[in-house]
Amino acid sequence: MDEHGNLKKTPFYPMHLKYHGNVVDFGGWALSVQFSGIIDEHNAVRQKVGLFDVSHMGEVTVKGPQALEFLQYVVSRDISGAKDNQVLYTHFPYPNGGIVDDLMVTKLGENDYYLVVNASNKDKDVAWLLEHATKFPGVTVTDISDDVGEVALQGPYAQATLQKITGEDLSALRYYYVIPRAIVGGVEVMISRTGYTGEDGFEIMCKPADGVTLWEAIMAAGAEYGIQPIGLGARDSLRFEAGMPLYGQEMDAEVGPMEARLARYVSLDKPCFIGREAMLAKQQEGLKQVLIGLEMTERGIPRHDYPVMHNGAKVGHVTTGMYAPTLQKNIAMAYVPPELSAVDTELAVEIRGKAVAAKVVKLPFYKRPRKK
Amino acid sequence: MGYPADFKYTKSHEYIKVEGNIGWVGLTNYAQDQLGDIVFVEMPEVGQEVTQGEPFGVVESVKAVSDCYCPISGKVVEINEKLNDEPGTINADPHGEGWFIKVEIADMGELDNLMDIKAYEKHAEEEAARGHN
Repeated sequence: MDEHGNLKKTPFYPMHLKYHGNVVDFGGWALSVQFSGIIDEHNAVRQKVGLFDVSHMGEVTVKGPQALEFLQYVVSRDISGAKDNQVLYTHFPYPNGGIVDDLMVTKLGENDYYLVVNASNKDKDVAWLLEHATKFPGVTVTDISDDVGEVALQGPYAQATLQKITGEDLSALRYYYVIPRAIVGGVEVMISRTGYTGEDGFEIMCKPADGVTLWEAIMAAGAEYGIQPIGLGARDSLRFEAGMPLYGQEMDAEVGPMEARLARYVSLDKPCFIGREAMLAKQQEGLKQVLIGLEMTERGIPRHDYPVMHNGAKVGHVTTGMYAPTLQKNIAMAYVPPELSAVDTELAVEIRGKAVAAKVVKLPFYKRPRKK
Repeated sequence: MGYPADFKYTKSHEYIKVEGNIGWVGLTNYAQDQLGDIVFVEMPEVGQEVTQGEPFGVVESVKAVSDCYCPISGKVVEINEKLNDEPGTINADPHGEGWFIKVEIADMGELDNLMDIKAYEKHAEEEAARGHN
């Protein structure tokens, strides 16, 4: 029986059914919002370890003689200093300083790059890359998303779990580096020490046919640490607490890394890349709005797109807001004018027509305790 | 978890338990299960008039905001203050400790507009089958 016949299936679809995920249509993909419950899953990742199906993410390779020059032109960060197997977070800006997408670039070798992009933007990204690649003869852009299954293994016991089923020395794998070819649970994979939760962990790419074997090997290895499958709901609450932006909420075609306080990932000293002039102007002339953290000081939960108020007037909007399970507070990320962005500034969020008091707090809301 | 046989139910998954002219109003087990972890409730004030079929409160889960529709018209005589601090009570015991408000029923005849347990069980099953959230 196939209850999700009209949806795209990831290689882990049978696992969503086996582990009783609440499967929904997520941008055309059959993925679970939750398994045991969002708060329980959220806590499992913060305290133990969790396994996510993130196969909906897009994977794109960029290769060929001018691959580096090409990428330098389409991403905002200077990636020329990347070492082999290093992962860098960056953006594809538009000329206006908004972005096509945010992404991870891994340098696998000279002129050999592996990009992981947002599922919902993948086709747009590939079209954007192909359009600009024509100016860089010899560059090949290939969408390999259909040939890649991807899981994220996140939490304080992620390393202990994975170490049980691989011969690689994971303690030697630094944050934001990959092992391009490894064997995990008998399956050939790429291991990336990255994630979207604020915890230590890995993202693991495999061939689709190996997906279920890999998943079950990880679940078995993690059983002694209390591993749980994690759905999209906790993925969002975890990234949100960790202050990580989500395309479509904190950034979009109009609003980019300068507003989102990600200027440290933008290399304005790199001479030529799409969007540089606009981003430079934002830096020099000042921003109209900046991303802040908000904590409610009265009862109420701020939500996406709720107005942010100051002295009775609308001054901004919430990008993401919810009850934060680890902090046990109602918090939000929001855009406001820079003059209202200082920590402790008193603002309000309009919730169902009422102004509910809030104050500006530091981002990120949550930082994991540093390792021993 | 089953549904109490002596309650009446709405299509939007609220229940009412009637004792004399007082109705205890809450969310059904199906509603709490669909919402997931409830983290916030907004209730009317004592003394406020509520109307059958109209919103009288809000529940929020981690992901979603939902209006609650009143199964009956009347005056709110008590609210379950416990839910302000422990909204998860609705998940734990929707038909008991997780009640929302008590209403002094204005017109007992309105109860005839509601579903009995048989009709509601069928309704909840159909919505579950449709994957309705």
